[in-house]
Order: sequence, then structure tokens, then C-alpha cells
Amino acid sequence: MSTPVVYRTDEFPLPDSQRNLIRWTVYLGFAALTVGVAQGLAQALNYARIDLFHYYPGMRSYYEGLTVHGVFNAIVLTFAFANGFIALTTARGLGRPLNGALLMASLGALALGSALVSIAMFSGHASVLYTFYPPLQASPAFYLGLALIVISTWITSINIFLTVARWRREHPGARIPLLAYMSMMVYVFWDISSIGVAAEVVGMLLPWSLGWSAATDPMLGRSLFWLTGHPIVYFWLLPVYVSWYAMIPRQVGSVLFSDSVARIVFLMFLLIIPIGFHHQFVDPGLSPGLKFMVAVMTFVVFIPSLLTAFSVMYSLEIGGRRAGGRGLLGWFFALPWSDPSVCAQILAMLAFLLGGITGLMNASYEMNLEIHNTAFVPGHFHMTVGAAVALSYMGIAYWLVPYFEQKRLWGARLARWQAWIYFVGVLIFARGMISGGLAGMPRRTAIALVSYPIPESWKLAGILVGVGGALMSVGAVLFFFVLFMTTFFSEPAAITDIPFTSTYVGPALEGWQPRLDRLRIWIGLAILMVAIVYGPFLVHHLPPRVVSMPFRAY
Amino acid sequence: MEAYEKLFLWFSIALLALLLVALAYTSFAMHVHVPGDAGMIMVKPGQTLAGAVLTTPPFDHPGLRQLGPGRYEAVMFGQAWSFYPREIDVPAGSEVTFRATSVDVTHGFFIPGTRVNMMLIPGLISVTSYRFDKPGTYLLLCHEYCGLLHHTMNAQVVVK
Ligand code: HEM
Ligand SMILES: [Cu+2]
Ligand SMILES: [Cu+2]
Repeated sequence: MSTPVVYRTDEFPLPDSQRNLIRWTVYLGFAALTVGVAQGLAQALNYARIDLFHYYPGMRSYYEGLTVHGVFNAIVLTFAFANGFIALTTARGLGRPLNGALLMASLGALALGSALVSIAMFSGHASVLYTFYPPLQASPAFYLGLALIVISTWITSINIFLTVARWRREHPGARIPLLAYMSMMVYVFWDISSIGVAAEVVGMLLPWSLGWSAATDPMLGRSLFWLTGHPIVYFWLLPVYVSWYAMIPRQVGSVLFSDSVARIVFLMFLLIIPIGFHHQFVDPGLSPGLKFMVAVMTFVVFIPSLLTAFSVMYSLEIGGRRAGGRGLLGWFFALPWSDPSVCAQILAMLAFLLGGITGLMNASYEMNLEIHNTAFVPGHFHMTVGAAVALSYMGIAYWLVPYFEQKRLWGARLARWQAWIYFVGVLIFARGMISGGLAGMPRRTAIALVSYPIPESWKLAGILVGVGGALMSVGAVLFFFVLFMTTFFSEPAAITDIPFTSTYVGPALEGWQPRLDRLRIWIGLAILMVAIVYGPFLVHHLPPRVVSMPFRAY
Repeated sequence: MEAYEKLFLWFSIALLALLLVALAYTSFAMHVHVPGDAGMIMVKPGQTLAGAVLTTPPFDHPGLRQLGPGRYEAVMFGQAWSFYPREIDVPAGSEVTFRATSVDVTHGFFIPGTRVNMMLIPGLISVTSYRFDKPGTYLLLCHEYCGLLHHTMNAQVVVK
């Protein structure tokens, strides 16, 4: 009685040329991660007061490396992975190819954008960190590169929307298959979210860095940045949700509980885009009322997360019980931990649980006073994006790369070790960062070089960060090693399909459910929400208060 | 849906409600407030931001002034990579209102171990207050990246 999340289960007609474009897109992301990890190691050791970055060839400062880490890991890796993986899941969901030219254009924009950004960063003309708050000013290549990277995601969206629209024309009255629905929603969500940073980069920063305007408005830049900067974390996360909802159940020999719960979760994210002001709780120039409203809205994010926890736990439990697990927790240990793809992603989920709890602490408006911009924050987000997301990418790669290469995965045992080492590393790292943050240790700071005496409590915290970060780096290196060996030294295997699950309660053709697929209403509502939160701010703030001249002392 | 699933959902909703109530309680009943809108620096045509800050009261006279018994106002600004003034001395038990801004980039204004934590954004004035009960030397840190020597940007609050 279960319904597959894809349109056709028999075959997957994706031309080799398209699979290759998707493959290079994903590999571009992993290449960025190698550089990002190398920087991460230096940063973690910095918190242990070991000045390694000094010895990195060509690095002018801690902050040049930190900019590279943020941009490569949080922007290039994540966008590349989404562009590739979600294009693939769309095609699989609909059982039809995508538009090859658009795949090529998206990869081209991403590659060119990454190259421009790299040139700016590595030549020391863009040490502005990945948040690039004006009036810190980078060279035009940096902003142009960022714009191109965002454009690559828009091209991918066009590709996905066109493909879905064609499929709907070919199948009037049919429900969009769940896998394609989730994939499409990732990009609907992101397109609306990206308006803020697009306006900031193209409307303010690029012309300013070209010298067309002399001064700029820091507060406006910051607010536009966070309009996108908060929802961007769900753009990192949602492709992983696609895997947790639509693939993991199958990989553990189970099913997804409900089609409509999955759709509702993805829809809910659309309605909570405008909560970026919670990154600005301690900013001047914003009323306490606005801050309070956003604090309340932020807690709503909890709901889709709980629904997800429920859905995913249901699938895992059924899988574990089918495999002979008994008792309250026996099913958990009976899961197929020996499959590195499953192992990495379950560990990712555990990290997400802890990350979610610290996220709640972050979001509470009062707590924020204690921990804003302290090391607590990187402690939190290495459990979310640094582990829940990154470790899931690694888990997905353990079936995706074999599919790309048409080879068997090399070293499954090592791959399992890899996931565990990275996971344990993150826990130690986060423990250090969080305790340091609670003791007032700031983030984004070359602690190894500070000019004031350091409190004892930071020292111990810093050592944990260093040890955890070193373990994470070992985990990451093993990941690249497994991919390398798989690509070059593994046996060929004909892998014609990718994992996808079925739902226990499938989609209905009648009643309220088909309304979930009528996107116009939902998109309208999402834009309305953004207008309700940002409209009054903009009315109050505009015209731009161009008070700041460029600052390039980095 | 099975019974325990429903239970799970209700539990989550109750937890969420509880959190919201706690949040509202701390902000209204306990008077814990995050810094709000405290005015801005007007930059006239032809003027630099630094020029505007240094001619806008009270930033034309940065430093500590007594407002009343046990109440002080510390007027400060951040400039890459220092705070001015670099040291504030107050007696123990003083309630200090920090009124601060930046003359160049965005800086942070953070005293670990207290509730003093705000951003200094060019063109905007930030205000927060805190009662220093325990004597000692408090570190005032810039905790937002502000360029090459960001990590050296600090000052002190000495409570005697
Ligand atoms: C070996 C693995 C990693 C290590 C050792 C590491 C270490 C660090 C450290 C120590 C910081 C704090 C730097 C500071 O605030 O001064 C940091 C920041 C950051 N990390 Fe990682 N990291 C790793 C992997 C990742 C991954 C996989 C991601 C995302 C996919 C990520 C995203 C970030 C971001 C967005 C920041 C903030 C940058 C900023 O403040 O501008 N990191 N990392
Ligand atoms: Cu500063
Ligand atoms: Cu600073």
C-alpha cells in the first residue's frame, strides 16, 4: 500500500552528459571543502593558542584564512552541493531529464564566481569574512564573484521549475511526486530568501567597491545581509532533509510515514523566512518591539524541526525493528550502522539534535546577551552546518560518488571510521567553543595573538577546540581519501539508480492535500511575511544613510 | 495516528509554549532588555563620520560623568583598533550607562561576565547599562571583526 516518492520506479533516464555536469558541480563543492578544512585546522589550533596560520603559504592574516573558510565551506560547498544534488533529485523524482544547457550555465557561473572570489581572497583584497559587513570593503572581484555564485543557484532554480512545469503539463491532474516537490521547494525557498543579499551586493556593495559611490550605509547592508543570512542556513539544511526524508528510510529498510507531513514541513520553512533580525538582537537602530516579534517567530522554527524529528524517528524505528531490534532502544542499535552512508547520516542527526538545543538558547533574546559573537556561536553551528549538514553530505557522497563514477565504494570500513572520528571531533570542538563562549571568549578573534592576558577558563576551552578541530580535520582528510580511492582505484560497477523511499501514507488526489501543490498562494504568503517584517524597518530606515567611507585596513 | 505520536506532538507544543512564556517573563517581569534604538549620528555633507561623531554631544566630550549617587554615564567610541577612553574607573555598586558609537567600521562592545554586549554600528548610537557590584578589572573587548588588528582592540573597566 505504500507509494513511491518518485514518478517512475522502473528506470531513471538521465543522460550521461547531465550526470557529468551534476558530478562536476558536486566535486567543485568538495574541492572547496578541502581548502576550507585546511583553514579550519589553523583556526581551531588558534583557539588552543597555537599560531599555525602564520606558516600557511601566502596567508597574510588569520582573517584572510577565516574569510576563505567561511566562503568556501558555507557558500561554495553548500551551494555547489545543492545545485548538483537537488538537480539530480528533481530529475529522479519526475523521471525525466533536466535542461542540459542550464545545467552547464549554472556550473559555469558557479565556477567563474568561485574563481573570482578566490582571486580576491587569496590576493589579500577581500579579508572581510563571509559576512562582508560594510564599510569593510573588498575588491570588486569579490562581490562580482559572490553575485555569480548566487546567479548559479537562480539558474538551477529556473532549470528545476521548467522541468517541473513540463512534467505537470505532461501529467495534468497528477500530484507532483514527493521527491520532486521537496527539491523544488528548496529552491523556491532560497529564491525568496536570496533577495536580501542580492540587493545588498548588486545594489550597494558592487557599485561602491567600483568607486561609483563614495560612501555606504552599514546598517542597511547588515540588515539586508541577515534577511538572507538567516534563511541561508535552511538552504544548507534542506537538501539534507531531502536525503533524511526521501532516501534514508529506504537505506534503513523502512518507509517514510506521511507524504503530506513532509510537504507541510517544507512549506512551513517558506513562511518563516524573515527572522534574520534575530542575528541583530544587540544592534542599535532596531526597536525592542521588532526584536521581540522576531524572537517569537524564531521559536516557530521549532515546529518543522519537531515534525522532522518525528518523521525521521518513525522511519528509523521501523527500520530497526524490521532488522530485529527490540525494546525501547534496541531498534536504534539494530540499524544498518555498517553502511557508511547510513552511519554518517545518523551521526549527523544526533549532532543536529544537540545543535538544535544550542540554537534555541541562541535564539532566546535574553540569552543572546551573554553569548552574542562569543565562541558559543561557532560551537553551535559546527554541530548544525559543520556536522548535521557536512556529515550528511559525506554520507550522501558514499552512494553518490559511486553512482557518478560507476564504481563500487572503496573502503567502507574506513568510511565508517571517518564518520565517527569527525563526529567525536565535532562534539569535543563544540564543547570547547560553548564553554569558552559562556566564559566570554570572543569568536572571529586571533586568540593566539591577543595583547591582553587571557582568563584561565578560555585556555582549557581553547585546548578542547584545538583537539576537536584536529580530529575533525583527520575525519575530513579520510573522507577525501575514500573518495579519491573510489574514483581512481575501485572496481567498476553498474549503478543505474539512486536510493529513494516510499511513503506509508501516500499523497491524496482529493481533499485539502492537492492545495499543498498550489504554490502561488504559498509564495504570495511568504512574500507577505517578508514584507510585514522588513517593510516597517525599511520605511523607518530609508533613504539610505550613507555615512561610511570604505575601510580596507586588513 | 498512534497514541504516542499524538503525545509527542502535544509534548512539543507544550514545550514551545513554555519557552515563549519564559521569554516573555524574562523580558517584561525581570526587566532584562536588549539594546534598542538610541538615536543616530547625523553626517552633514562634506563632513566625515569621525568629524560628525566628535561634534555630536555627548561624543564631543567622551569619558565618564556622574549622573547622580552611584550612577554614571560612560561616553565612548570605538576606532580601529582602540576604544576611547581606554579605561573607565568606577566605585563598586555603580550603575554605569554606556553610550557608545563607532567612527569607522562596525565594532563590538562586550564585557565578558556581564550583560554588556552590543554592536557599535557606524552612524548609530548604542546604549546599555550594567551595575558593577564586584570589584575588579573587567575586560572590554571588541567582538566584531574590524580589520587587521581586531584582536588587540580592548579597554578596561576598573571597579574599586
Ligand atoms: C575540519 C573541520 C573544521 C574545523 C576544524 C573548523 C574550525 C572552525 C573554527 C575554529 C572557527 C571559528 C573561527 C573564529 O571564529 O575565529 C570556524 C568558523 C566557521 N566555520 Fe568551521 N571548521 C570546520 C569545518 C567547517 C564546515 C564543514 C563548515 C560548513 C559547512 C564550517 C563553517 C564555518 C563557518 C561559517 C564559520 C564562521 C566564519 C566566520 O566567523 O566568519 N566549518 N571553523
Ligand atoms: Cu573593533
Ligand atoms: Cu574588532
